[in-house]
Amino acid sequence: MKYRILVVDDSKLARMAVAKALSALHPDWVRLEAANADEALALARTDSFDLAILDFNMPGRDGLQLAAELLALKPTLPLAVISANHQVEVVTRAREVGATFLQKPLTEKAMGDFLADAAKRLATAAP
Amino acid sequence: MTTVLTELELDALTEMVNIGVNRAAASLREMVGEQVLLSVPKVTLVSRDQAIATLGENEITNLVGVHQVFEGEITGRALLIFPDTKSLELVRAVTGGELPLEEIIELEHEALAEIGNIILNGCLATIANMLQRNLKMSLPEILRGEPSVFFNLKPPPDAGDVVMFLYINFAIRQRDIRGYIAMLMDIPSLAALQVLLGEFIERTAGGMAPSNDRS
Repeated sequence: MKYRILVVDDSKLARMAVAKALSALHPDWVRLEAANADEALALARTDSFDLAILDFNMPGRDGLQLAAELLALKPTLPLAVISANHQVEVVTRAREVGATFLQKPLTEKAMGDFLADAAKRLATAAP
Repeated sequence: MTTVLTELELDALTEMVNIGVNRAAASLREMVGEQVLLSVPKVTLVSRDQAIATLGENEITNLVGVHQVFEGEITGRALLIFPDTKSLELVRAVTGGELPLEEIIELEHEALAEIGNIILNGCLATIANMLQRNLKMSLPEILRGEPSVFFNLKPPPDAGDVVMFLYINFAIRQRDIRGYIAMLMDIPSLAALQVLLGEFIERTAGGMAPSNDRS
C-alpha cells in the first residue's frame, strides 16, 4: 500500500532526515511537509494524509499539542512524536495522547518499526 | 575574513545543539526529579556586546554560571547560566531538599560544577558524536558576576569581536528555577564548522534535496 505521510518539524534538516529514512524504507510513499503546527493544521484541512511524524520542540504549539489537535480531526491517525527530549513527562504525554515516541537523531530502525506498525493499523482499519 | 553560514547550515547547527541540549536536559531531569522545560534554540551571529546585552536583558541580578571550554577542529565555550539567587535552589533540587541550609551552602560550589559538567559535557559529547569529531573539554569552572564576565573570558578572542551565540532557556517550574544554556564560538572556528556541518548534513540527509522552502 502506498501511503501519504505528514512530516512536521521546524528544522529543515530534521525533515530531510525523515525524508532520507522514508525513501530508504518506502520510496513510493508520498511526503507532505510543514514547519509548524499552524501549517500542519492548514494542510490537514486541505490535503489528505494517512500518518504523521511530529517534532516535539517547535516554536508556537509543540508537537504534543499538535498531535491532540490532529487526532481530534482524524481519531485513527497513526502518529509519532520525535524528540531528543526523552524526559519521562514528554514520553508519558506522548503515550497518553496516543502517539509513538521516537528519539532524535532518528534511526532507520526506529522509523521502520513505527511505519510497519502504522501500516498494519491502516490495513486493518481499511474497509 | 567573514564566513556566513547558509540557511541549511544554520538549521543543521541549531538542530544539532537542540538535540544535545534536549538530551542533557533529560539527565538534569533525572537529577532534580522534575520536568525541565526548554525553549526553542536561538542562534545569532553577534558582537560580544550584543551577546552580553541579550544575556543581561531579563536579569537585573548578578549571574552565576558553569563554564567549559571545548577544543578541537572547532573551539568555543559552553555555559550554563542562571540568576545567582537561583543557585542554592538548584543545589537544593539536586540534593533532594533534605539538607539544612548551611550544608547546601557548603555543597554549592561542588554541586554546581557537577550539574554543569553533566549538562555541558552531555550536550557537547552529543554534538561531537554527531560531527564524528573528538572535542576536548576543560574541567567545569564556576563564574559569578554581571553578564559581561561571561563573555570576556581568557584566553581573549584572537579574531575580532563577532561571536556565534546560541542559547536555549530552561526552567524547572515547580522550583522556580530558570536560566540559559549558551554556546559561544569564535569566528575562526566558523570556517572549520562549516566543513563539519557540510559533512553532517550529507550524512543526515544525503541525497535529499529540501522539498520546499518552508522555515
